[in-house]
Amino acid sequence: MTPRLGDIWVYLSASPLVWLTATLAAYQLALWISRLARQHPLANPVALAVCAIVAVLTVTGVPYDTYFAGAQFVHFLLGPATVALAIPLYAQFDRLRRMALPLAAALTAGSAAGAASAMAIAWLLGAEHSTVLSLAPKSVTAPIAMGIAERIGGLPSLTAVLVVTTGIVGAVIGPPLLRWLRVDDDAVAGFSIGVAAHGIGTARAFQMSESAGAFAGLAMGLNGLLTALLLPLALRLTGALQ
Amino acid sequence: MIGGLTLLLVFQLVGELLVQAAKLPVPGPVLGLLLLFLTLALRGEVAAPLRDAANGLLQHFSILFVPAGAGVLLHLHRLGQDWLPIAVALVGSTALSVAVTALVLRFLLRRRGGSRS
Repeated sequence: MTPRLGDIWVYLSASPLVWLTATLAAYQLALWISRLARQHPLANPVALAVCAIVAVLTVTGVPYDTYFAGAQFVHFLLGPATVALAIPLYAQFDRLRRMALPLAAALTAGSAAGAASAMAIAWLLGAEHSTVLSLAPKSVTAPIAMGIAERIGGLPSLTAVLVVTTGIVGAVIGPPLLRWLRVDDDAVAGFSIGVAAHGIGTARAFQMSESAGAFAGLAMGLNGLLTALLLPLALRLTGALQ
Repeated sequence: MIGGLTLLLVFQLVGELLVQAAKLPVPGPVLGLLLLFLTLALRGEVAAPLRDAANGLLQHFSILFVPAGAGVLLHLHRLGQDWLPIAVALVGSTALSVAVTALVLRFLLRRRGGSRS
C-alpha cells in the first residue's frame, strides 16, 4: 500500500494541478486565520499563505520550480491586475486634479526618501549589491516592483518578499507614527501610508476610513507609475547601475 | 466579464509591445495601466464589463503575490546573511517615507488653504 501511495505522490507532485490547488488552499487558510485574528496587520494573508507554501515545499522536498509550474497560472494574473489598477485610479480622477500639485510634490518627496534611504541603509550595513538593488522598489505594489527589479538588476522574487514585508511594516507602524506627527487629515494619512506601503497599507487605510483608503489606493497607483518611470533613470544617472 | 478581461489583456499586450519596440524603462503592464487610464479619462466613463473584470482581479489582489512570495525559498541563504541590513532598511525607510509624504502634503495643503483665506 505504501509504495503505491508513494507512486501516486511522485506522479501528482510533478503536476501543475497540485500546486495550483495548494496555492489557492493556502490562501483560503490564510484568510481564515486573518479573520480569526480580526485582520490584525501582523496576520497578513500573503505572509501567512507564503509561510504555508514554504512549509509544505520544505517538508516534501519539492523544488520551487516544480511548485511554480503550477502556481504560474495565479502569478500570470499580476499583469492584467496591474492594468486593472487604472479603474480605481480613474475613480479618483476629480480629486486627483484638484489636489494635483501638492499630491505630486508629496509623492515625489516621500517616494524618493523611501527608496534612497532603503538603499543607503542596506549599503551602509554591508548588504550585497543585488540585495540593495532589490530593496529599491520595495514600496511599490508587487507586480510593478518585480518588473522594476528585473530591469535594474535586482532579484524579482527577493523583491516580492521585500515588498510584502514592507507592506506589513507600513501597516503596523504607519498609523501610530502619523498620530505621533499629529496628522489628523484622513486624506494626508491615507496618501502617505499608500506611498510607503502600497496595497497592504491601502487595506489598513480602509480600516481607518473610506477616504483614507481611497487616497491610499491613489498613492499606490501613482507611486507605482512614478517609481517605474524614474527609478531606473535615477539609478543610471547616479551610476548605481552598471 | 470576458469582454473586460479581454480589454485588460489587450492593454497589457499593447503595453508590452510598445516597451519592447521603444526599449522603454517601464514594465509593460505599467504602460498598459497608463494607456487604459488615459483612455478612460478621454471616454469619461468605465464600461460595466471592464469594471466587473477589474473588481474581480483587484478583490483578490493579495493572492497574486503568493507564488512570487514563496520564492523566498530561493533566498533563505541571502536573507540569513543580509537580515540585519534588510530589517533596518525596511523599517527605517518605510517610517521615513510615511513621515516625509505626510509632512510635505500637510504643509502644501495648509499653505494653499492659508493663501485662499
